[in-house]
Amino acid sequence: MIAFVIRRIIQAFIVIFIISVIGFAVKQSVGDPVREMTGISVSAEELQEFREKLGLNDPWYVQYVRFLGKAVQGDLGNSFFYKRPATDVILEKAPATLELVFVSSLIVILFSVPLGVFSAIRPNHFLSRFLMSGSIVGVSIPVFLTAIMMIYVFSVKLGWLPSFGRGELVMIGGWDSGLLTVDGWLHILMPSVALSSIMLPLFIRLIRAEMMEVLESEYIKFAWAKGLSNRRIWFVHAFKNTLLPVITVGGVQLGVTIAFTILTETVFQWQGLGFMFMEAVERSDSPLLVAYLMFVGIVMVVVNTIVDLIYGLVNPTIRISGASS
Amino acid sequence: MRKTTKILFAILIVLLMAGLGQAKTLKLAMDADPVSLDPHVQLSGGMLQYSHMVFDPLVRWTKETTIEGRLAERWERLDEFTVRFYLKEGVKFHSGNELTADDVIWTVNRLKSSVDFKGIFEPFAAPVKVDMYTVDLVTKVPYPLLLNTATYIFPMDSKFYSGTDDRGMDKAAIVKTDYSFANENLSGTGKYRVTERQQGVKVIFDKFAGYWDTSSPGNVDQIILTPIKNAATRVAALLSGGVDFIMPVPPQDMDRIENADNVQLVTMSGTRIITLQLNQNRVDAFKDPKVRQAIVYAVNNAGIAEKLMKGRATVGAQNSPKGYLGHNPALTPRYDLNKAKQLMEEAGYPKGFEVSMIAPNNRYVNDEKIAEAAASMLGKIGIKVNLKTMPKAQYWDQFDAQVGDIQMIGWHSDTEDTGNFFEFLLMCPNKETGYGQYNSGNYCNSEVDRLTIAVQSETDQAKRIAMMQQMEQIAYDDAAFVPLHWQDLSWAGKKNLQIEPIVNVMDFPYFGDLVIE
Repeated sequence: MIAFVIRRIIQAFIVIFIISVIGFAVKQSVGDPVREMTGISVSAEELQEFREKLGLNDPWYVQYVRFLGKAVQGDLGNSFFYKRPATDVILEKAPATLELVFVSSLIVILFSVPLGVFSAIRPNHFLSRFLMSGSIVGVSIPVFLTAIMMIYVFSVKLGWLPSFGRGELVMIGGWDSGLLTVDGWLHILMPSVALSSIMLPLFIRLIRAEMMEVLESEYIKFAWAKGLSNRRIWFVHAFKNTLLPVITVGGVQLGVTIAFTILTETVFQWQGLGFMFMEAVERSDSPLLVAYLMFVGIVMVVVNTIVDLIYGLVNPTIRISGASS
Repeated sequence: MRKTTKILFAILIVLLMAGLGQAKTLKLAMDADPVSLDPHVQLSGGMLQYSHMVFDPLVRWTKETTIEGRLAERWERLDEFTVRFYLKEGVKFHSGNELTADDVIWTVNRLKSSVDFKGIFEPFAAPVKVDMYTVDLVTKVPYPLLLNTATYIFPMDSKFYSGTDDRGMDKAAIVKTDYSFANENLSGTGKYRVTERQQGVKVIFDKFAGYWDTSSPGNVDQIILTPIKNAATRVAALLSGGVDFIMPVPPQDMDRIENADNVQLVTMSGTRIITLQLNQNRVDAFKDPKVRQAIVYAVNNAGIAEKLMKGRATVGAQNSPKGYLGHNPALTPRYDLNKAKQLMEEAGYPKGFEVSMIAPNNRYVNDEKIAEAAASMLGKIGIKVNLKTMPKAQYWDQFDAQVGDIQMIGWHSDTEDTGNFFEFLLMCPNKETGYGQYNSGNYCNSEVDRLTIAVQSETDQAKRIAMMQQMEQIAYDDAAFVPLHWQDLSWAGKKNLQIEPIVNVMDFPYFGDLVIE
């Protein structure tokens, strides 16, 4: 177990190192941060002097070595726009994104499990057929379109839900939470539904397919023959084995969602990491960009590690390499 | 005793009612929030807008592009180098300090050290204090634009911004990418103080109790500014009642807002000219005035303003919009395809040629579509255009490197004066003087240079006007560039807001004067 975790930590460092190199190599072509920070009539010399001061005139590998020297001390540089350390900015924006992902995962779990199981048990029921055709539509509509349509219907036309922002926030120990107020929940509803609109159909179909396969297997047939109750067969014996691939896909998807809530956050002016990333690209805020990419790398590694650990718990026949020693 | 209680009670009720009646909050959504609390950290529309909320300038532009006094009660020109400003007495900063001539002098000196503002304040010498409330602004050369430039002087609280902060750093330092005292602290004379600020999320402005301008009809006590970047979301926020006022308004939603019941749209012809520059160093054909003229005749800029901009732009034939001193009313748009073809033939290019073109895709309203339209219009006179568009973050480096034969640029004159267009866009490029910094057409005409320099120090208004109109005429005749249009400015808000009186061609709505019914 410990060997496994240590191996993962080493892997994480390699991943982050590679990401930082790539991030540095591409940041030059994102654009010129100096242009974003000055008025247009500033003279060419002044611009050049400013670039020199920020060390942007050096070749990228020189800049990289300088960056690496500071990074090992935990300093990833200042965000040009926020005028504060990039890591602070990321940590400040993280709660918004994590809450959004949490609520939309909740929606996905609450709906995909019963609906997926139902359409596996009753594949010919009209509701199952409706779900299957409906899920294709759901997967095919881009998130931003779903989001804009929802804003139009629920905010502009009906006036039920607020169209932007996070609403009233409560600060608990450095975590800005919107989940403790009614206003916060009203604000998170549409963005989280929009974000889950791609994942939900995917999971319904996944659970259905897995469940149907499991229901065909020998041990289920044996359970039927033994005369166990429907409930016990469906929800205990079959469901447990259905979960395995779902957890794998779910873990990967969770990481992807944390990293790329860009569209949803932009449309709803949701002040999270995705929004921050997009703005950083537009402003060529390169220190923030590189720090964010590294952060995403860490998230991916952590999520995958947790998934692997849970995997072992759900299915005892799978042993993590290095765990037995 | 009972009587006094009653009277006190009545007074209390009146006060309460007055308070209830007046406590108005404006929820404002803009595309971005101020990048800093320090007004000198960046010269941009957003920062100047912010400055008008928390500071006051010496003088400011009115809706009619005239100049009115703010912190300067009155002023007089002493000689061609000097203008004497008489400050309002008893004006208090948010910190409680009183505004004096020293603050004005301190601010001008700080402006001269700011990377972004030093260009504008280059003609200025050190200001001279006459007495507590009187200050002379002095220029090194006779300078007709002194008053225009004074609209950029928002006196800062020199006592508040002097000394060192608890980190041991100079409080007056202007820092773009890191902490500074002025980036996070504020003391101005303006109507609003910043009481809460989360960068990129929201800024709360509360009315400053000691504000000097009690004659302003404005009745907004609190402004909550939320940046909403996505244009569709910004419009939806207004239509759903989430915010009261939005700027800018995307052109594609203007009709929708105009037709909606509870909101109003206010537009005004702007002063930013959108142009195409034809690089004579890269393309030999562009050296021939006939070819340049042919291109101007081939581009249907009236059509672009009408169709592409949906009528939300004013078609242009010169740099200076109407209202500028240099605006030459004789110059009119000249779309004529036959004439264009004829000119191409005369120039010896009946079959045309092939050129490249670059344009930004997120800088000006519809910039990418405008570039595409212009490219296809040039196709009609045989000029095949290979267009490449890119985000503004990458565009300006490419622009400077002059990678395109034709390049798009929009320009707004910082001084609201014709000369500025020529200094940056049309004077012969000169690395030493810095003139022609954005002249990627490499148009060079010694007469234009001579006139542009001359108007900088010409204090006789009538002569100046004639010279600047002549400059526009020369650029027009030479077809020095392709003028397209001036973008309209636009604002939208709820019907109970009196928007019309507070907006102006500078695109700085004076929120201090806003009346909410």
